[in-house]
Amino acid sequence: MFRNQYDTDVTTWSPAGRLFQVEYAMEAVKQGSACVGLRSRTHAVLAAANKAASELSSHQRKVFRVADHAGVALAGLTADGRVLSRFLRSECINHAFVYDAPLPVSRLALRLADKAQVCTQRSWKRPYGVGLLVAGLDVSGAHLYYNCPSGNYFEYQAFAIGSRSQAAKTFLERRFEGYNDYTPDQLIKDALSAIKETLQGEKLTSSNCTVAIVGRKDDGTVEPFESIDGNRIQEIIDSMEAAEEAPAAAAAAAESSSMQEEDKGTDAAPMDI
Amino acid sequence: MWNLFFSLVLSASYGSTLRYKSVERIKAVGKHSLIGASGEFSDFQEILRYLDELTLSDHMWDDGNSLGPKEVHSYLTRVMYNRRNKFDPLWNSLVLGGVKKGPKGEEKYLGMVNMIGTHFEENHIATGFGNHLAIPILRAEWCEDMTFEEAVKLVEKCLLVLLYRDRSSINKFQIAKITTEGATIYPPYSLKTHWGFAAFENPSKGAVGSW
Repeated sequence: MFRNQYDTDVTTWSPAGRLFQVEYAMEAVKQGSACVGLRSRTHAVLAAANKAASELSSHQRKVFRVADHAGVALAGLTADGRVLSRFLRSECINHAFVYDAPLPVSRLALRLADKAQVCTQRSWKRPYGVGLLVAGLDVSGAHLYYNCPSGNYFEYQAFAIGSRSQAAKTFLERRFEGYNDYTPDQLIKDALSAIKETLQGEKLTSSNCTVAIVGRKDDGTVEPFESIDGNRIQEIIDSMEAAEEAPAAAAAAAESSSMQEEDKGTDAAPMDI
Repeated sequence: MWNLFFSLVLSASYGSTLRYKSVERIKAVGKHSLIGASGEFSDFQEILRYLDELTLSDHMWDDGNSLGPKEVHSYLTRVMYNRRNKFDPLWNSLVLGGVKKGPKGEEKYLGMVNMIGTHFEENHIATGFGNHLAIPILRAEWCEDMTFEEAVKLVEKCLLVLLYRDRSSINKFQIAKITTEGATIYPPYSLKTHWGFAAFENPSKGAVGSW
């Protein structure tokens, strides 16, 4: 996108019917580090690639719990994301206070979208520079929404946002049709694989990704939105790598060599910093 | 299959005078609930307006979610308690019940909230004199798996006691039922009473007085 005479104000249309400031805000989302979301009928998983400003600092937090039944992963201007997370938490709490019930995820996504739309139609505001993957659980099952700075939102089976997210989307496009029947563990593995696609060569470890899950077990009890512990993520990554390397070897040799690969994998697991 | 029952007398008062004798004090709320009220009828009409707005906007979402009895009860509790805190109460005792299919199967709910915001959930609820005359009967004779007919009989037993003993009761009742299929409010009817006692035939016989 190049600069033009219609992009100074969010309240100026271009002759082609575009609002350039809104589109620039969506660019900010594309520059943020990747996030991935996917869901089955009963569970929704969010994963984010962690990025640290420097080796000395901690990672930027990208996954936020909004309520017991919902959470978000964001990409873009994380300060905007933090403010929106606070808004979402407040909406959920207010609803729960009046109605003694969790706010349905579709209504939560709508309130966020309406808030974003306001910023596209006021001359003294700017659009939020953050895209949010909203994952949650309500009576009608697990849901995943993508809310973008334009105020639009859609429901997804699986989606990826942020830099190099196209690689993750390609991976998800090949596999999403089976997701409704996936177990939570399968969903987590696919989320990690999708994040791995965005790392483009860099090794996936528990210190450069965050994974969170929310869902309802078969007996009806709710597993609240929670980030998965780093050690558990590392175990899953290791088991995924072992499974990948096994088919590469020959039939009989495959069994003994995959055992060795697994051992190597656990030896090399980095400690969480 | 869960049934939930409401029964009430069809009267509304003007002070201590029983002025109106065909007043329906039960209404369906949304798809899953019933509300019954005693107390100031105009305040009940106001509450019905609030609930109308609530259920209408809920319906307009058209997103597969709908307000269940627990949500409506919680909302009413907030309204009643807030009004009490402003020293401008809605002068009612409300009974809220319903059945809604949840992820763990059919979930039934029965609760009450009154003008000062006291609220709770129970298997049997009563307002006014019902608390003193009907609740003891219900506690003794209610059980989890009654049939529709058994429940009607039990409720009629309570209503009869109330009819005989509550001076502001009349012999005109209405029963409403709610299941997952929806709400049914039955037409008004009367109970058979017996007044043929000897003491009633000649009431002043045996009376002791100065004239």
